[in-house]
Amino acid sequence: MSDMDELIATPSQTVGPFFRIGMESLYTPDLAPGAADRIAIHGRVLDGDGQPVSDAILEIWQANAHGKYAHPDDAQALPLTPGFTGFGRVPTDTEGAFRFFTIRPGSVPGPGGGVQAPHLVVAVFMRGLLIHLLTRVYFPDEPSNATDPVLQLVPADRRTTLVARRNGNELEWNVILQGDNETVFFDY
Amino acid sequence: MPAHPSEPAQAHDIETGDIAGYRRPAKGTQPEYLHPAYASTRKRAPTRPLVLLPHTLSEITGPVFGHDDPCAEDADLTRQHEGEPLGERIIVAGRVLDDSNRPLPGALVEIWQCNAAGRYRHQNDTHAAPLDPNFTGTGRVVTDKDGYYRFVTIKPGAYPWRNHHNAWRPAHIHLSLFGRAFVSRLVTQMYFPGDPLLPHDPIFNGTADEKARNRLVAAFDWDATVPEHALGYRFDIVLRGREATPLHR
Repeated sequence: MSDMDELIATPSQTVGPFFRIGMESLYTPDLAPGAADRIAIHGRVLDGDGQPVSDAILEIWQANAHGKYAHPDDAQALPLTPGFTGFGRVPTDTEGAFRFFTIRPGSVPGPGGGVQAPHLVVAVFMRGLLIHLLTRVYFPDEPSNATDPVLQLVPADRRTTLVARRNGNELEWNVILQGDNETVFFDY
Repeated sequence: MPAHPSEPAQAHDIETGDIAGYRRPAKGTQPEYLHPAYASTRKRAPTRPLVLLPHTLSEITGPVFGHDDPCAEDADLTRQHEGEPLGERIIVAGRVLDDSNRPLPGALVEIWQCNAAGRYRHQNDTHAAPLDPNFTGTGRVVTDKDGYYRFVTIKPGAYPWRNHHNAWRPAHIHLSLFGRAFVSRLVTQMYFPGDPLLPHDPIFNGTADEKARNRLVAAFDWDATVPEHALGYRFDIVLRGREATPLHR
């Protein structure tokens, strides 16, 4: 196929402040209802002034506990989990806070035959973002984080922004949009 | 179950884990994060360098939605209440394609918009314009086997938004799409041809490339127009498509 056949992709535009009208029907704060080993992940979205972002929405995409994605392009001979789509969608509240429930995914294949540590892919949408941010959540106390091929691409002093930390019975992971502790966002 | 067509087998080599990624946008064809004319970007755009992400199995997969999910009322925003909403009834129809010009069947399209008076049914919309009890402003469809979608709605109004003095958003409909992959996820806005507010809108003008930007403007379409019923607008949506061959790193 020649370059002439390529179409320019439609540009992204902001979700604006009123996305709830259109996106609420797929709000999915619990990705794994009824699962025995469900975990809660909570955090806040903060802007460049450290102020809570009360009109953000996060989308989560992940594999199941076996490291299998519920998608036709995942050709791994691993079992799917009935009822588990791997998709979540959760808005922030007036304090910029969010909480969702899910299960810890398994490891998934990485580039060059490597293995990726368990992780969630997170897309972040809000007023003021003309194009959404993409980031990841890794798990604490996970030895394979040290060899994860994507984490290795992140400057060492910023990797902690992608790793959730224990906070009581839950995991905490924040989205810091700007500043010293700015979350790592990916060019995707 | 999955409505996606099967991809060429060579797109994913399970033995090596090497995967054909999705095409990355040419410079200027997507907005930058920091676009100072749009004031809200200043405190929300990342300031540190983005990290270039290889497209792994995590990026080339994404949620799959079935044809059964939305119902008929979800595609007709004028039939969701007892009465019909006020305003100019319109049809918005088009095709979802990837950037190799291949139709995308089974793609979920979610839309939301304000009413004909320029007011959203949302608690934070304080614009002094009336709500319409017969209009919610939300719709959902899944594209058919040839990638087509169609909504019936009313033409949204323009509204003020305080970004700068006398700032008005051109009439627009928000669209949210899931293509085949999480990296082809798109949230965008559709505008109307000939809107005099377009040259003045920092959101529309956040995309530098004029050809890319004009993809956001629907075309009036006689073929979609229904006699004695409603004007039709054609709006094709192009999502990022897949590179033809695996990248060997």
